[in-house]
Amino acid sequence: MSKLTSLHDAVAAHVHDGDLIYAAGFTHLIPFAAGHEIIRQGRRDLTLARATPDLIYDQMVAAGCARKLIFSYSGNPGIGSLRVVRNALEAGTLAWEEYSHFAMISRLTAGASGVPFMPINPTGVEDLPRANPNYRTVRDPYSGREVVTVPALHPDVAIVHVQRADAEGNCHLWGILGEQKEAAFAADRVIVTAEEIVDASVIRSDPNRTIIPGLVVGAVCHVPFCAHPSYTQGYYDRDNAFYLEWDRLSAEASGVKAWLDEWVFALPDREAYWDKLGPEVHARLRVEPRWSEPVNYGQY
Amino acid sequence: MTDPRLTPSELMTVNAARLLRNGDVVFVGVGLPNLACNLARRLHAPELVMIYEAGVIGAQPARLPLSIGDPTLVSGALSVCSMWEIFGFYLQRGLVSVGFMGGAQIDRFGNVNATVIGPYDHPKVRLPGSGGSMEIAAWADRCYFISPHEKRRFPARVDFHTSAGFLGGRAERQAAGLRGGGPAAIVTDLGILEPDESGELVLAAVHPDVDPHRAAEQTGWALKFSPQLRTTAAVNEDELTLLRQLDPQRIYLN
Repeated sequence: MSKLTSLHDAVAAHVHDGDLIYAAGFTHLIPFAAGHEIIRQGRRDLTLARATPDLIYDQMVAAGCARKLIFSYSGNPGIGSLRVVRNALEAGTLAWEEYSHFAMISRLTAGASGVPFMPINPTGVEDLPRANPNYRTVRDPYSGREVVTVPALHPDVAIVHVQRADAEGNCHLWGILGEQKEAAFAADRVIVTAEEIVDASVIRSDPNRTIIPGLVVGAVCHVPFCAHPSYTQGYYDRDNAFYLEWDRLSAEASGVKAWLDEWVFALPDREAYWDKLGPEVHARLRVEPRWSEPVNYGQY
Repeated sequence: MTDPRLTPSELMTVNAARLLRNGDVVFVGVGLPNLACNLARRLHAPELVMIYEAGVIGAQPARLPLSIGDPTLVSGALSVCSMWEIFGFYLQRGLVSVGFMGGAQIDRFGNVNATVIGPYDHPKVRLPGSGGSMEIAAWADRCYFISPHEKRRFPARVDFHTSAGFLGGRAERQAAGLRGGGPAAIVTDLGILEPDESGELVLAAVHPDVDPHRAAEQTGWALKFSPQLRTTAAVNEDELTLLRQLDPQRIYLN
């Protein structure tokens, strides 16, 4: 059954006020277009979970969508602070729950696997476990040693961007895989955004690359360039200049507001956003192809 | 060569690169650690395996990555896996020989704070947080850090333990049951700090023409000098030329 729908309708149907959202993607494949659609539809009191909140959550926090943040590294990668999030945390206007990357991913993996918690070897530090009571310890029943535990995370909604999907939501991904698969399996509802919608035969031609099966997907949206200023491996480059620019313009609340007005509220969708970026940006982000060798699955 | 003068970043990066051994499996941080690893790979450690927390193994970046998840790390790499696998199968399992990181603050026992200045619940300055560092510092065989030598970066005690050095001393780290050996060296623009037998960081080396007392003045505890205090070898032409080729736009080598 086709799950194809517009991103507008997918967000309207699946993202509700108060939900716990996991917009996945570690630097790569960050679904910015979905974040912008959530902003446009005025969702409130969301709990935003991501290992790296990145600019997508900086923007959603600035737009007033969030009540709480769950994260493990809150920075503008390679540049410095996420200024909006940092100001909100320092001012006490945003609740937060903090982990290390491994603990965050362990929570998703437990959620994706249907077990209640995940054990982690000790790291020797006690300050974060003291600040976050979700860190606990349990005795390994086999060795008798103490291990750290974190509870399963079950997002209400996971949003994952992929290179290509069929209409049922079977997804091919390559490049940095981050926590895409874990988030999709852990969540109650999954929205897929894809650079390309392909025939099921394309997916079936390379089943090992199907990282996310349609089985767990609720909506499939065709959204080319969804990830900008993040990137999609093989499709377009990361817009490092924009990440630098955001650092500059987010120094003032007025700069952020003006940006949201111009680039989110004044535009209907991602197509309009990409057009507005213009040919110079398109050319700057274009990538030369570098193909893999095909593999032979064999005819049986 | 555009600028013949050696910058502090270049001095630190070259000295950090020299610490890596051929065949090391190194968990690479972005910025100067990444430059140091690429330099070592081109000089004395061609079989260095570079691992990035984004899940990339054996990266051969063709350009300098701004972020830890740059697409150039993927194209031509040996393998790309999920974050669960990189932290679980590679790091927690015990395959990583070196963790290579920066750090906002490093204390007398090599504990690092990258989380918060002031009280955790009411932060004066909110820093990015652990990312991968909590587990890397605990589980890599040995860890190196690069940091400018400034008093505010080297307090006697950090406000918050984001990742473990020797905690209150070597015995305490041992009691915590961590698989990794902890900090092995902190490379600064004045010299190199190394842990003594108690786990306290002492001045093990100074760079050429650096007065060791300058390092002491820029350290937040009474910095001891190693009885075998060395002077690092001057950065040679090969090292500098190669390094400058790696960052032609001087994004990190400022």
